[in-house]
Amino acid sequence: MPDQLIFGMEVFLNGLMAGVLYALVALGFVLIYKASGIFNYAQGVMALFAAMTLVGVMEGQVPFSHLINAVLGTDVHHFGWHLPALIGILTTMAVMVGLAWLVQKIIFKHLVGQEPIILFMATIGLAYFMEGLGDMMWGADIKKLDVGLPQGINIWIDETTYGIFGYGFFIDNLDIVATIIAAILVAILVAFSQYTKQGRAMRAVADDHQAALSVGVSLNFIWVMVWSVAGFVALVAGIMWGTKSGVQFSLSLIALKALPVLMLGGFTSIPGAIVGGLIIGVGEKLFEFAVGPLIGGATENWFAYVLALIFLVFRPQGLFGDKIIERV
Amino acid sequence: MTLAEDMGYTTADGRKIGGVVMEMKNITLRFGGVVAIKDISFDIREGEIRAIIGPNGAGKSSMLNVISGFYVPQDGEVLFHGKKRPQMKPFEVAQQGIARTFQNIALFEGMSVLDNVMTGRLTHMNSSIWSQALWKGKAEREEVENREICERIIDFLEIQSIRKTPVARLPYGLKKRVELARALASEPKLLLLDEPMAGMNVEEKEDMSRFILDVNDEFGTTIALIEHDMGVVMDLSDRVVVMDYGKKIGDGTPDEVRNNQAVIDAYLGVSHD
Amino acid sequence: MFYREAGDFKTSYQDDNQTFPIKFDRYRYYAVLFAAFAVIPFLVNDYWVNAIFLPFLIYSIAAIGLNILVGYCGQVSLGTGGFMAVGAYAVYKLMTAFPDVSFAIHVVLAGGVTAIVGVMFGLPSLRIKGFYLAVATLAAQFFLVWLFNRVPWFYNYSASGQINAPVRTVFGVEVTGPTAEPWAVYLFCLVFLTLCAIIARNLTRGSVGRKWMAIRDMDIAAEIIGVNPLTAKLSAFAVSSFFVGISGALFFGVYLGAVEVGEAFGINKSFLVLFMIIIGGLGSIFGSFAGAAFLVLLPVLLKNVLVSGLGWPTDLAAHLEFMIVGGLIVTFLILEPHGLAQLWRVAKEKLRLWPFPH
Repeated sequence: MPDQLIFGMEVFLNGLMAGVLYALVALGFVLIYKASGIFNYAQGVMALFAAMTLVGVMEGQVPFSHLINAVLGTDVHHFGWHLPALIGILTTMAVMVGLAWLVQKIIFKHLVGQEPIILFMATIGLAYFMEGLGDMMWGADIKKLDVGLPQGINIWIDETTYGIFGYGFFIDNLDIVATIIAAILVAILVAFSQYTKQGRAMRAVADDHQAALSVGVSLNFIWVMVWSVAGFVALVAGIMWGTKSGVQFSLSLIALKALPVLMLGGFTSIPGAIVGGLIIGVGEKLFEFAVGPLIGGATENWFAYVLALIFLVFRPQGLFGDKIIERV
Repeated sequence: MTLAEDMGYTTADGRKIGGVVMEMKNITLRFGGVVAIKDISFDIREGEIRAIIGPNGAGKSSMLNVISGFYVPQDGEVLFHGKKRPQMKPFEVAQQGIARTFQNIALFEGMSVLDNVMTGRLTHMNSSIWSQALWKGKAEREEVENREICERIIDFLEIQSIRKTPVARLPYGLKKRVELARALASEPKLLLLDEPMAGMNVEEKEDMSRFILDVNDEFGTTIALIEHDMGVVMDLSDRVVVMDYGKKIGDGTPDEVRNNQAVIDAYLGVSHD
Repeated sequence: MFYREAGDFKTSYQDDNQTFPIKFDRYRYYAVLFAAFAVIPFLVNDYWVNAIFLPFLIYSIAAIGLNILVGYCGQVSLGTGGFMAVGAYAVYKLMTAFPDVSFAIHVVLAGGVTAIVGVMFGLPSLRIKGFYLAVATLAAQFFLVWLFNRVPWFYNYSASGQINAPVRTVFGVEVTGPTAEPWAVYLFCLVFLTLCAIIARNLTRGSVGRKWMAIRDMDIAAEIIGVNPLTAKLSAFAVSSFFVGISGALFFGVYLGAVEVGEAFGINKSFLVLFMIIIGGLGSIFGSFAGAAFLVLLPVLLKNVLVSGLGWPTDLAAHLEFMIVGGLIVTFLILEPHGLAQLWRVAKEKLRLWPFPH
């Protein structure tokens, strides 16, 4: 087999695994969008915030220590404990649920019935606020996150592929674990929205707020719930990405990667998010591999967007979205 | 069609109705498997008030949408002034002189009444963007000329006092009137009114009926309208098309239609004894 | 008491169509122009120009541009940073290729180049709407920044990958480069802002503006009453990008002097300008000024109060700024979607009746 093809296969596999993570983040978007019509730009910042909180809790950082020190002239930094990952994750989850409740209570309760684009801009404002809040609570430095996930090259794959092709594929253990977790999570979320009572209520709300209200679905409860679920998805994504490349601002940009995934898959479709994620993941890695070196590299920055853009021009509702019928 | 018919006819109140302005020939419109309009033909003559009536879901609004180019029928032809109309975008249809109002008011809520009426003149305004950027020469002149036309319409429909009010603040009845003003501002050859009196009280309906008659009378505008209020339809219109389940079940003067058995069945139900 | 329209009768439609139909407003407008052109240039020093006036003037141009697209035509764009970058790199290429031509002409041409690029990226708006389009404009943002970063022709193969503005003059007065006088750069940008504002105002009160607003308020109805969505939307993209391109050219040439594209024209710039028009007021030229002034002054104010006054570390003040800006955006969207301009209008309505409100 020619070398290029073998390298290509390796790139393909890596792209597939990146794609599963994109799909996971995209699912967070789809859930909120389906239930409330809000396109949550802050999803990425939520992931960053969750990861920061997790590190902060595990390391025993004092929240707002910089602010406290600046205002009171004290010098506090740490509580002096180190907590196990599980407790950290649970605490962070509690924080994310609290946050979901606050976001609903303070912001979106007052924006019910507004145009989608206004809601979208409100989430951009929220993203800015949370970015500032996260930095203020935990500091803006790059943090290391370790919750005990395996890292490093997977020896088994390396040796097996070496045996077959005479070239060992480099596949990170973390990516494999992340893919498996993401796949499980995706399955759970799909099952949740399709087969549980809350999931059905959620879909009812998405379809028609008024009608859902009239049959006794609590809008507030549903919205807090989806924001919490989105917070949970953000936490998982934050852990994966944070473990891989440290908890830092660039983590919030994964959300930007999820946007073209959604455009491709259609904002309301769960299968669309999954397929779209895989296409983008594989597509951008292969494009960078094949074309990137010719035109200066780093094409991952824009490839997904341009792909989605071109695609949308021909099929405005996305891969799996419903056909748009306009009326007057 | 005989020659005599083609020359038009004279109405009971003595108005002369001219030749055919618009002719729909065997129009069929489907949405997926649903047939909204099935093989319908009728014509609209110059200067007449033509009503389209029928129960809910009969396909009346779809018919107007076909005329204004918003829906493209799968089958059939639209003839305008005797010539087959090629497939057109809605804005091109508007530029040909067909204006309309909408069932659920479609005003531009962020603009004032005057600006809304002025949008009706857009098809007549063609100063270049450069001229407008400098606000000199043609742009300024054109603005004033068209403003005068709009002010006449505003006077005609008696909405002078609200001309600078944002449309969003107006009550329903006035919005309907502003929408009519916007359509009239384009000085249409054919005016389509989609339920101009829906949701109005008796007084408002009387006002609106008077305006429709005055428009037809003073400007000689050809009007096609959809309406549910039978009393109004029978009073206003010269000829009526009756639709039911996407099919045409009657066509003629109000009196003819009133006595048509198929129409009576559709409206009152068929007795099954 | 002085703010009255009673007795100020209009006898022609021209009079009624003017920008400031109320006499008091008109005089105030002349007074502001006089102060801006004839008083401030004699008073400014380097700090005031660089910390406040230049960013205010330049961002105002960008905000007017974006407001035409978002506030008047209803097409939300998140690509402003990318389009500013087009203006900056276009002016850089022009400056270095034709050193003898007046810099003012370069700036206008850079706006023209940006308009063309803007129309290209505006084409999808014919098929996709709302936040689909907003997300699609991110494609412009990321692609353009990447392009200027990775293709050496754009930065004239300089080793650093940066672009640096050489010294250029207008009527013999230096307006770019480190030795340009504060009053000169101030006046240069002021002239551009004034012209842009007048053009924007003229376009938005005429038939082009009505087409944009019709598309914004109800695009389907607009098309049915005779607005061609293609020309309406693309003209909005063109005009908007023209202004944004000019602001990008000035931002690079006059204000910064040296630019690294990802830093100066990243996605945060897109959001900054978007925030300006949300806070200032969508669909209002005055709002563009107000929003730009607000977001230029806020960091300066915070820095002076928190860092210089209370002795906070700079990064803490920056975090707080993020929270304040984000919070303000949400607050404005909830309480007053038409921004500062609407607050101003309401104040004027009240003032009209003052001191006898009944």
